[in-house]
Amino acid sequence: MSVQAFADLLERLVFTPGRNAKIALMRRWFAEQPDPERGVGLAALTGELSFTTAKPSLIRDLVATRVDPVLLALSHDYVGDFAETVALIWPEREGVNAAPPTLAEVVEGLELASRAEVPALMEGWLDTLDAGGRLALIKLVTGGLRVGASARLAKTALAEWAGQDIGEIEEVWHGVAPPYLPLFRWLEGKGPRPDPKDAPVFRPLMLAHPLEAPADIAAIEANPNDWRAEWKWDGIRVQITAGPGGRRLWSRTGEDISGAFPELAESMDFHAVLDGELLVVRDGVVAPFSDLQQRLNRKVIGPKLMRDYPVAVRLYDLLLDGEEDLRALPFDTRRARLEAWAARHAPPRMEVSEMIRFASLSDLSVLRDTAREASIEGLMLKRADSPYVPGRVKGLWWKWKRAPLSVDAVLMYAQRGHGKRSSYYSDYTFGLWRTYEDGTRELVPVGKAYSGFTDQELIFLDRWVRNHTTGRFGPVREVEKSFVLEVIFDAAQLSNRHRSGVAMRFPRIARLRPDKPADEADLLETLLGMVEKRAG
Amino acid sequence: MKVTPLGLYCEPGGFHIDPSRPVDRAIISHGHADHARPGHGAVLATPDTLAIMRARFGEDRAGDSQQPLPYGQTITSNGVRITLLPAGHVLGSAQIALEWQGSRIVISGDYKRRRDPTCAGFVPLECDVFVTEATFALPVFRHPPDSHEIRRLLDSVALFPDRAHVVGAYALGKTQRIIALLREAGWDRPIYLHGAVEKLCTLYESLGVPLGALLPVPKGLKRGHPPILAGEIVIAPPSAEATPWARRLADPVTCAASGWMTVRQRAKLKGVELPLIISDHADWDELLETIGEVRAPEIWVTHGRDDALVHALSLRGIRGRALHLVGRGDEEDEGAPEAPPTGEEADAARMEPRSAH
Ligand SMILES: [Zn+2]
Ligand SMILES: [Zn+2]
Repeated sequence: MSVQAFADLLERLVFTPGRNAKIALMRRWFAEQPDPERGVGLAALTGELSFTTAKPSLIRDLVATRVDPVLLALSHDYVGDFAETVALIWPEREGVNAAPPTLAEVVEGLELASRAEVPALMEGWLDTLDAGGRLALIKLVTGGLRVGASARLAKTALAEWAGQDIGEIEEVWHGVAPPYLPLFRWLEGKGPRPDPKDAPVFRPLMLAHPLEAPADIAAIEANPNDWRAEWKWDGIRVQITAGPGGRRLWSRTGEDISGAFPELAESMDFHAVLDGELLVVRDGVVAPFSDLQQRLNRKVIGPKLMRDYPVAVRLYDLLLDGEEDLRALPFDTRRARLEAWAARHAPPRMEVSEMIRFASLSDLSVLRDTAREASIEGLMLKRADSPYVPGRVKGLWWKWKRAPLSVDAVLMYAQRGHGKRSSYYSDYTFGLWRTYEDGTRELVPVGKAYSGFTDQELIFLDRWVRNHTTGRFGPVREVEKSFVLEVIFDAAQLSNRHRSGVAMRFPRIARLRPDKPADEADLLETLLGMVEKRAG
Repeated sequence: MKVTPLGLYCEPGGFHIDPSRPVDRAIISHGHADHARPGHGAVLATPDTLAIMRARFGEDRAGDSQQPLPYGQTITSNGVRITLLPAGHVLGSAQIALEWQGSRIVISGDYKRRRDPTCAGFVPLECDVFVTEATFALPVFRHPPDSHEIRRLLDSVALFPDRAHVVGAYALGKTQRIIALLREAGWDRPIYLHGAVEKLCTLYESLGVPLGALLPVPKGLKRGHPPILAGEIVIAPPSAEATPWARRLADPVTCAASGWMTVRQRAKLKGVELPLIISDHADWDELLETIGEVRAPEIWVTHGRDDALVHALSLRGIRGRALHLVGRGDEEDEGAPEAPPTGEEADAARMEPRSAH
């Protein structure tokens, strides 16, 4: 049993789309691996393992001692991901017959090693593993491990394997730590239930389906009184848990992000569990998502950062008031309790997200489409009697995003993407027609998009680009001006930094239009006509 | 020897090698579509390659006259001595050795060096110029042992007994090799075939390559028929899993057997659930090993990653020259859709642009 076995599990999880198949793969891990290996694996699957001693630069230095720089560069360019390149290119040494390390040995080895000893340790391990094992090891120790399953799904697999309720596992989860020996003892009926004490627990969030199908829209139109509407803010959905056991801010996946927002932890002087949206708010005005991004992934949260990017939470829901669980109550009841609770506690940096009154769905759609502030993504529609249930239950909550703007543009240049996409031409620069006074026309680049398409469309576009290249400039290819893309975007703004004089916000590709001749793509004036008539 | 738009041309001999359009006289290295094309005048190839060409193109389109030349025998044409040697790529695949006025050039065609139970192994021959392919000429391509990949497939079949495993494999060579490797690993159940790979399996067997029990994937099932072939292994051309054909199969696990599966993102974007790194082309180590063995002072690279290979050769003091032959190397890279997906398919698969929050 070794890192190799874990690598095989990870590899299959990444490629397996089916939930049940993923669960089957993880169940087998729990059933077949010995302690402490299975517990360390569980910690890696749930994102609870972290190492600080091995930096990506260490891997860079190690591989440089063994591989010709030109071949390394060509390979990196082809593969895209550096860790994967190293894992594949690492030259195996003749005569190495040491056994590959177990996960537990890696964890222990890195804990005990001094910083100076880590390179030799890693090098020794890399020599004993195959390409898959090397990739898992590098990703694990440098913190780039992508698991093809959420922590929640890993716990679900654990629950199914043990014949235990997932809720029970969530309850004790914050009272146990890797390699979870007491947890496994309990699940195998060999020990007592671990005591979660008062540790704050994440409760899975309730999520919404996009409202798109005409039948669903018609159903709401028929009974508008059964529905409640709120703004869908463009921030980070969070759960706030506070009580005698501690204070936590959880992301929607249950990741503890309290550390990044110390001022919010300070505001959490109450005993409750709330659902809300984390936003940057200045003088009551919600800032665009890009402002909030300034607060994410920061190592040091200084006073200047907190002053420049002040955060607040708009509260959507009250799940627990003290020990009282409100989740089974209808939305209207919870909402009334939330308003009363907020009036009573008035915690700083938190306010109840406003409800939007409406008589008909068409009222709402006007509101939705005229609200062009970047901080609003659209509307949420919640059934007045909906309980708070984990996950995405159809028919209770809908997200109704505002209709994006769209133009048909001509593909002009393509560039290879980064990371996992770097063997594909996946960044597309597109243009619209500008007509001059003498009647001649010219394509002017207006934007760049690298999302919105499906994997199949990406493969198609990549091939199209390769077969229709007319020029190359470094990583960029100029292509025949004959392929039309339908590009959607949230807003257009005047810009003197762009040759076209206009900039698009969040442009993405809605569909490929191989049927449409490039001549019939949109004019630049069309885009200029969509520019926001808003100051600033 | 000249590089023409049709590929390599032997001027003194007056024949082309693997030409991309019909010519009067051609030597064909092996039966893959990027090397063997219909409609030539006189064709020289190994007996097995000629049989494969007849099976693929029909008797009348496989060359007006066909001259079989078994491995290791030599004939002379306009003073050029021609010998065919095993290339280890697929059944009948040959390296083409040409000798003229005391110097020897060997054109590898496609080749690999590891054992393949369905064809003769590569025979290195010292020469003055070695013309090599470079499909996988990057040091990241080091194919694992076949037995390791077959074990992963059988392990998955055991873990998911309620699902059919569909292995996407090229009809010529890869299909039969995977079947033979499965047999060696002890899989003696019938293996199910998509119609597009059946013909060449029959041909292989008639040419003396035993493949065990093979059955066609049942056709003409009634609407509403329960899904079939749970727990079985099915072999189909790449991308067949994306067609309505696959709907009859029980919750299929899409496996693809190709050297490209080495790079995860390639596999991921093709929607493969179980990538199997099984290639009929030489990997990086095999290319360098071969170039070492043939001891040629000059290496020509027909297609693939010539930049990396030419650089690696220069580090070893060997002169490398990239020929940039076009239209080669497609056999390993099938499965990309020919037309953009329909709007409906695309909408169903479309991801939200930013779903992280
Ligand atoms: Zn071939
Ligand atoms: Zn080929």
